[in-house]
Amino acid sequence: MELLSNQILAGIATGAIYACMALAVVMIYQAVDHLNFAQGEMAMFSTFMAWQMMQWGIPYWAAFVLTLILSFAGGIIIERLLFKPLAKAPILTNVAGFIALFAIVNSVAGLIWDFTIKQFPTPFGSAPFLGSQLISTHQAGMIGVTLLLLAFLFFFFRFTRIGLAMRAAATLPESARLVGINTSWMIALGWGMASGIGAIAGMLIAPVVFLEPNMMGGVLIYGFAAAVLGGLSSPLGAVLGGFLVGVFENLVGTYIPGAGNELKLPIALALIVIVLVVKPSGLFGHTVIKRV
Amino acid sequence: MTAMLDIKDLRAYYGQVQALHGLEFHLKEGSMTTLLGANGAGKTTTLRAICNMVRSTGTIEFEGKPLLGKTTENIVRLGIAHVPQGRGTFTNMTVEENLQLGAISRSDKAGIVSDIERMYEHFPVLKQRHTQQAGTLSGGEQQMLAVARALMLRPRLMLLDEPSFGLAPLIVRDLFKILGKINRDDKVTILVVEQNAQLALELADTAYVIETGRIVMSGKASDIANNEDVRKSYLGY
Amino acid sequence: MSAVQETVTDAPAIDAVPKRAMTLGAGTSIAVLLILLVVPLFVKNFVVFQLTTVLIYGIAVLALNILTGGSGQFSLGQSAFYALGAYISAILIEHAGMNYALTLPISGIVCFAFGFLFGLPALRLSGIYLALATFALATAMPQFLKLGALEYWTGGVQGLVVTKPDAPFGLPVSQDVWLYYFTLAISIAIYVASINLLRSRSGRAMMAIRDNEIAASAMGINISLYKTLAFGVSAGITGVAGGLGAIAVQFVAPDSYTIQLAIALFLGMVVGGVGWLPGSIVGAAFIVFVPNIAESVSKGLSGAVFGVLLFVVIFLVPHGARQVALVSQHLVGKLKRS
Repeated sequence: MELLSNQILAGIATGAIYACMALAVVMIYQAVDHLNFAQGEMAMFSTFMAWQMMQWGIPYWAAFVLTLILSFAGGIIIERLLFKPLAKAPILTNVAGFIALFAIVNSVAGLIWDFTIKQFPTPFGSAPFLGSQLISTHQAGMIGVTLLLLAFLFFFFRFTRIGLAMRAAATLPESARLVGINTSWMIALGWGMASGIGAIAGMLIAPVVFLEPNMMGGVLIYGFAAAVLGGLSSPLGAVLGGFLVGVFENLVGTYIPGAGNELKLPIALALIVIVLVVKPSGLFGHTVIKRV
Repeated sequence: MTAMLDIKDLRAYYGQVQALHGLEFHLKEGSMTTLLGANGAGKTTTLRAICNMVRSTGTIEFEGKPLLGKTTENIVRLGIAHVPQGRGTFTNMTVEENLQLGAISRSDKAGIVSDIERMYEHFPVLKQRHTQQAGTLSGGEQQMLAVARALMLRPRLMLLDEPSFGLAPLIVRDLFKILGKINRDDKVTILVVEQNAQLALELADTAYVIETGRIVMSGKASDIANNEDVRKSYLGY
Repeated sequence: MSAVQETVTDAPAIDAVPKRAMTLGAGTSIAVLLILLVVPLFVKNFVVFQLTTVLIYGIAVLALNILTGGSGQFSLGQSAFYALGAYISAILIEHAGMNYALTLPISGIVCFAFGFLFGLPALRLSGIYLALATFALATAMPQFLKLGALEYWTGGVQGLVVTKPDAPFGLPVSQDVWLYYFTLAISIAIYVASINLLRSRSGRAMMAIRDNEIAASAMGINISLYKTLAFGVSAGITGVAGGLGAIAVQFVAPDSYTIQLAIALFLGMVVGGVGWLPGSIVGAAFIVFVPNIAESVSKGLSGAVFGVLLFVVIFLVPHGARQVALVSQHLVGKLKRS
């Protein structure tokens, strides 16, 4: 029994990574109604930028803030240049665009910074948290930052005018235009915010998984899965989904015999799929009543 | 008097299909005009063309400013509110959020707050339900919400697309009474597209009849209502 | 949790391809067929092998086109059925000594069954959720193939080597050339059968489901049956492609059938034009040749070059090769009239 609760705690700790990534995923989904496969790579690229700044002697928090600003701007620029032209194209074509962006970012990062693993510092230290062997101070810090981000997003969407405008533009773009909202810029803004959140996620994750161009692959999948599990329309659902996915992954790794690292992913995904079959719109998603 | 809305030779296309064939009409400031016609005649297309929601050519001028070529949201910001077919309510947001969205292009916070109060006075049922999700309101209530949302823009011109659709006659009467009040008291020019010609003609002062993308009749609403031939050929009653 | 009402009057996610435009015109079809028949005579064996690969991927992309373009279901899991078909053929050839041609229908039928079965739980999912589920399937397959328990049959991580067949009846053609024509014949058969399927009542039922599921069910179409059928058919055809792939490449290994393959097939479908069966071969050509081109441009940035080329294609023709065909049709029409 103690092993189980320990594993659950450990799962929550690793789940913070997925929760953070899931937040970025939900953010973009709220803004543009699709999932951007390139988000993980963009987060990785941002993290590399931060690393590079620190190599140049810029202190951690300055690099953090600078990276955040550059990522926000970068997200907007990428959307305006590459995806605004595809706004009228079919969704599947946009998805192909995400895949193309993935390939480009991954490749460029590999060229600039090569594929050797690098260390990325954490501002939280890596001592055991409150004496617990399972959660380090860094992981506690991750959970803290994720919850802060969640609070920020909640506040942003619920209580600010621009948050309201973004929600309107994402759910009913035509009606949004009819109240004077520039839906095109709302999408750009959504991309910027998602990039920023992704950058934070990347900078929190890198100390744990080590910085290299392929670091976000697995994380992104779990992030997606977490976002989907949570219901795609709810930042809270995304975060809880992230923690749940972390727990699933850990339990699968511990209790299912023969489940090495490579088998964990499909099994965890399978579990999520089972949840979805039972609850098709995710745990916290709105039940959508479809009328013709 | 210069027309508030001036439309000349308007042609509109859905892909390769042409829906409007050289439409021409004008709205006087302060008027309550109704655009009548059968299903598929082009009434909705006309409203959509005004807001540049459909590909069109020709001239559309609002208070002397050309509209064609402007984006929908910029046209709206000039002071044209459009209540579309189906109402376009933000169903998963609250009633109050819907009203706030109506005013999202305005920057005068105090004005917005007082306008929301005014809407609650016009439509008490909205005040009752102001924290409810808009999707849970009845058809009539959603229509009121849609009108209220449009009014939050403080529009100079309001376009309504079949506001009576799916509503019980008594509710439609109430709605039209309110529209009349808004037209007279708040000096909002109104253009109502309707299939329910009888009620619309009672409400409006001017009427246009559209058939297969062209205006076939125009004049005072009372004249058209009293003209049996017109009623029988174009309006079906 | 609150209920949200959605009025499904939005355009469906996948554009409908009008029946008339579903194939190439008779003239163009014959021209293409002639080119395909004659090409191996003019090129080296290795290029013939590459062309065979294009045909094989073309079959797989066509299968995906039926599933997504035909019945509106997303799948990022085709690589799993491809792998299954490949391994079934390989195991039958190497362990049971079966004739390679006979293994293909078996691969097809087994994959059909699995696809149909997978389609059952998938009924509850759509869009993003279905994509995730199929993605899970795609990532699971290589791991499944590496399982120690199956190692005797599958050859574990190393996989199996497959003997390449000689031309039958002692015909004086190389193995590559024979395999090319063999594959071409099967491709044509599958293409014709698929066109007929989409034009048939079942095909119309599937497309009705794609365009508006609720309305389709209100018309009495058995949604569950047709959706799972679509999955099954698509999986079956992909399985045949996999089998052909195993024979052509002469080996099967778990890491040849990763999610990258599923993504490549998806891109092939988009580049060819979703739902437009003739485009499948254009898409297949894209995914076979463009990565090579990218690598020859810049080894270090091959991924980036590929991404840029992909962007160029989707900017120019967001609707894929079908758009090119439509534009050419218009131009030809204009020429005819002038």
